Amino acid sequence: MILLLLGLGACVLAAVAASLPRRYRVPVSVSLGGIGCALAFSAAMRVLVTGTVESFHTTKLMPMIGLSLSLDPLGALFILASSFVGFAACIYCIGYAKGELRSRTAMSLLMIFILTLIAVPVASSIVSLMFCWELMALSSMLLILTDQLHSREARSAALWYGVMTQLGAASILFGLLLLTVHGGGQTFADIKSHSLALSSTVRSFAFVLALLGFASKAGAVPLHVWLPKAHPEAPSPVSALMSSSMVAMGVYGIIRVGADLLHGGTVWWWVAVAALGAVSALYGALHATTSTDIKRLLAYSTIDILGLVLIGVGAAGALYDTGHPGIAELAMMAALLLVVAHAGFKGALFLGAGAIERSTGTRDLDQLGGLIHAMPVTAALFAASACSIMAVPTLSGFSSEWLLLQGLLHGFVDRSTPTLIIMLLGVVALALTGGLTAVAFVKAFGIGFLGQPRSLGAANALDVAPSMKLAMALLVLPSIVIGVVPGLLIPLVSRAARIGLATSVASPVAHGSGLVLSRFRGTIEPALLLAGLVLVLATVWFVNQRLAQRSARRVDAWGCGRDLQTPRMQYTATSFAEPLQRVFADVLRPQSDVEVTHVAESQYYEQSLMYQNRVSDVLEQHGYRPMIDAALRIGRSARRLQNGSIHRYLAFGFVALLVILVVLA
Amino acid sequence: MIAAVSNAFSVLATLLQVVLVALLGPLLIGFMAKTKARAEGRVGAPIVQPLRDLRKLLSKERLHARHSSVVLPLAPMVIFAATTVAIAISPLVTTHPLLGSSADILVIVYLLLTGSVAAALAGLDAGTAFGGMGASRAMTIGALAEPALLVAVIALSIQSGTSNLPSIIATTMTHPNWVSGPSRLLALVALVIVVIAETGRLPVDNPSTHLELTMIHEAMILEYAGPELALVTLGASMRLALLFSLIANLFFPWGIATSGSFVGLALGAVVLVGKTAVVALGISLIEIRSAKLRLFRLPELLAGGFVLSVLAVITGLVTR
Repeated sequence: MILLLLGLGACVLAAVAASLPRRYRVPVSVSLGGIGCALAFSAAMRVLVTGTVESFHTTKLMPMIGLSLSLDPLGALFILASSFVGFAACIYCIGYAKGELRSRTAMSLLMIFILTLIAVPVASSIVSLMFCWELMALSSMLLILTDQLHSREARSAALWYGVMTQLGAASILFGLLLLTVHGGGQTFADIKSHSLALSSTVRSFAFVLALLGFASKAGAVPLHVWLPKAHPEAPSPVSALMSSSMVAMGVYGIIRVGADLLHGGTVWWWVAVAALGAVSALYGALHATTSTDIKRLLAYSTIDILGLVLIGVGAAGALYDTGHPGIAELAMMAALLLVVAHAGFKGALFLGAGAIERSTGTRDLDQLGGLIHAMPVTAALFAASACSIMAVPTLSGFSSEWLLLQGLLHGFVDRSTPTLIIMLLGVVALALTGGLTAVAFVKAFGIGFLGQPRSLGAANALDVAPSMKLAMALLVLPSIVIGVVPGLLIPLVSRAARIGLATSVASPVAHGSGLVLSRFRGTIEPALLLAGLVLVLATVWFVNQRLAQRSARRVDAWGCGRDLQTPRMQYTATSFAEPLQRVFADVLRPQSDVEVTHVAESQYYEQSLMYQNRVSDVLEQHGYRPMIDAALRIGRSARRLQNGSIHRYLAFGFVALLVILVVLA
Repeated sequence: MIAAVSNAFSVLATLLQVVLVALLGPLLIGFMAKTKARAEGRVGAPIVQPLRDLRKLLSKERLHARHSSVVLPLAPMVIFAATTVAIAISPLVTTHPLLGSSADILVIVYLLLTGSVAAALAGLDAGTAFGGMGASRAMTIGALAEPALLVAVIALSIQSGTSNLPSIIATTMTHPNWVSGPSRLLALVALVIVVIAETGRLPVDNPSTHLELTMIHEAMILEYAGPELALVTLGASMRLALLFSLIANLFFPWGIATSGSFVGLALGAVVLVGKTAVVALGISLIEIRSAKLRLFRLPELLAGGFVLSVLAVITGLVTR
């Protein structure tokens, strides 16, 4: 606990150090933040390795109620991920922090944001949790505005985020408070020991309220609308933190409340969680394939992966409730491993997107191209992370998705309808998102980094600072480690999975470097697979070198007999995804306009042609817009009551008084 | 000692599988071309023509498009390596290949996906309209075919209680009545549709067309020449042979070597050649009878495959 407290303290100091003079600000506060993350990381690691639970309580910081912290393996796993990304983000800032992000406020907010990402999973009372939760929401909301205070998109994104997160927080608070009404204190230990005495209606009501709030943070459709707006607008290290760690806090909350505090609840809770997950996975994957803004694409893919995580959590909860604790642990481990893996590759991808934005000035894939020549290291790191998210074997995305599939596959042993629904939904969602994710990330890498530059900005791109590349490389590391030797993390993940779903059965995954199921036939040894791949690659490369008398001759690409090939003739991100957009037009509802201007002399000859294609969020357009419009209408009509005339207000008061007197009489 | 012997045996079996399938791929393509030619009343090229083409390509000059990057020469190697490893670990000739314990269905599916991704990136690398077009179309078809493939093989896994391929094949051999069960048959139809899409055969893609606007796989690899083209083509034909052999072994596993004897191994190899030839014959009969579908009619076909595979899962659950 001391380590963790020191880490939190270092983050606080880092936030304070942001008020230093401009010259020292970034180095001092970034190194303090980095130290804080490193300390928190080692504290989390220690708890995960030993499996102990450490607690801390003080009344000094928050009078009367006090601040309660408790570090158990479940929270520690989330801290492991967020402190690692936080550390990388600190390094990234050395090279990245320019302009507004160097300001006193922004730097200090960033450090507070990192602090809260470490603090939320250790908060062990309602007040402590809500304090850290709100601090996390506020600091990240303000950070969205740092780079582009005056852009309409950023302000709208911050507003959407602010409203959604506040509604979510209110829902969580209300849900948690419901659990304390029948006695017991507000610490999690108290709630846990009293929750079984509550009626099942109260427990279900509390869970649903908490689920709404946490699921909104985890970007579950239809509560996701803020996410694809907020993540792209924030400065890239902040986007990386939001997408890899903050959304995971939603998952943490669901597991903590549903599985831990409420002891697993009932099956239909988990059907709801898994259904949310399946819808999110499909919706996110579809939108990721059609997005052309690279950070928006990444944001939608976050919704997709978090959806898969929720499927794992839902399957785990349901299997636990139906008496299959071993398989439940398997599914929960898969979900947690996917959270950790996602933190790595999504963090790296967002940092890569930041590097692209820094060197070309745009996030629009349709304006990019050919960046592999100017920034080869960034390209390689981006490609590695993209491969990981596409579940290329021997990388982390593959290991965790394999584990998830094993959980679902063996979950079919339970023959009750709700569990079968979850498993079927999960299998279908996993299968459908796999191919779509591949399209999205082939597009992101292939259009962004390969081909010829599609704009001046991309043609004049310069390589980014070494610290930025180092940070990306650091975040690629988990992809490789979890991918090649997933067995290393298995004991840690298993300990975390058991916090919610306490079981006495042996771990479903045996110890070893690969993943070996202990009670079913199912094994992958990624290290050996990788050895095989490397062996074949090396052989082919060697043979190729021997065969080649001289290096390849550079020639013009085939242009159908045409000599002139311009970059404008390439496929763009929009055209790349167009076939899929057309296939899924019923869900995506794309809006495209073609405007043709003819030559004055003849309508058979075209002078110019304008094509516009836009895919907006259907749920936002048709779900949220009407609600917002209705609220605005009510607001406008309410405004008619207030015209500023003192006479009218006196009349209101008089009428109100009369009504009260009549009612009381 | 026994472990060492069985390891040596596994190494031998795996090498046999790789070499056999590497030869079998081009030969199957030649065989299918020959069948089609005969059905159309032509003599057709000899069955070994694809192998001769490969040898010819190996002696040609290597050419790289002007704006291409390191991805262009790297992609063929990745395609080849991913396919080779998938073949090496799959139960094709024997149920005990090297690393057979890792021959999970998901590993095979995602190794094949890795190859597709590498090919698509190579298509985008030169920055031409054709490459992009091919990549976009191939990825679209892949994205629609992959779910059907995955769910169809999951249907088989649920029945066998494992997603390990050698185990699925071994359990199928002990339960012969599974093969004619409704779940298997539905999965078979779904898998045939997927395999036609994944190997770029009619009615999804026409392997013999070079008309710019209709080609898919050929458009993607348009920038390749010489040895690199040979490697890409070999990789694609090995993928075809692998998928044909998997269909054959999943739905008719008999003949595969289950013990560690060399006679069984030789027999397994011969039987595999026979079984894949039958599958190839079946697919070329489908090809003869169908015209290429419009690109935007394909989703209906592939969605049909997906629905069939989901039905296979559900019937498997109902009838267990």
